[in-house]
Amino acid sequence: MKFSKKTKISSEIPTASMPDIIFMLLVFFMVTTVLKEYSGLPVNLPKAKRIEKLKSKRHTVQVWLSKDGLISIDDRLMAAEDVSTVMYDKRVANPQIVVSLKGDEEAEMGLVSKIHENLRKVEALKLNYSSKTLID
Amino acid sequence: MAKKRRFKGGEIPTSSMADIAFLLLIFFLVTTTIDTDKGLGIVLPPPGDMEIEIRKENILNCLINSQGKVLLDEEPTNIDQIYRIVGERLRSNNKLVISVKAHKKTSYKDYVRVIDQLKMADAKRISIANSN
Repeated sequence: MKFSKKTKISSEIPTASMPDIIFMLLVFFMVTTVLKEYSGLPVNLPKAKRIEKLKSKRHTVQVWLSKDGLISIDDRLMAAEDVSTVMYDKRVANPQIVVSLKGDEEAEMGLVSKIHENLRKVEALKLNYSSKTLID
Repeated sequence: MAKKRRFKGGEIPTSSMADIAFLLLIFFLVTTTIDTDKGLGIVLPPPGDMEIEIRKENILNCLINSQGKVLLDEEPTNIDQIYRIVGERLRSNNKLVISVKAHKKTSYKDYVRVIDQLKMADAKRISIANSN
């Protein structure tokens, strides 16, 4: 007795919707990538070995400190004393904020210390000294 | 003499569409730099002047002068050697608090190097004094 195949199962992967899927992926990636918002100041970051990665850009505020002693947050120059006012708003908006201090190698500790104080004042306590990886 | 062109059902070839879309996808994947900020993490103490009494033998003073020279408990130390010395001290006394004090003219680079050394020694209790 001969068995006749009743159903013909096509063994092909349907590729017609593939472009749609890929476009969807593409759009997803385009939407989720956060573009660089602020350019900051020209700094030469110090180098360190024990480096930790910051989790997300959404929870980081970059504080730039150039070697001439300029301080910039969100591309606005300010005095060390004004850091606390700016950071207060940011911390209220997002309590788990992490400050990424992008200081120049040649910056002076006096200013860094002032920034520390101002951050403490508004309880923005999580600080990260932005640095490059030191390879030796 | 004009030739009559016969219209042959116009179709856009879609078979290569997937390839084109893939190409775009890869282009975006490659060009988006996921440059997360990285650096030395530290947690500042809460505001207000707190005075915690620490026994003298549990404090390791680490002074950095404006030239970037380090004085570790009254002894001039090379920055590269800090982690070794602090590591030894920590092993003998796990309650050790390292008090870092930098001169206000100290360059940030030297300070970061010292903090990095302390991190390498797995020092958890680091106190940063005001440099003014």
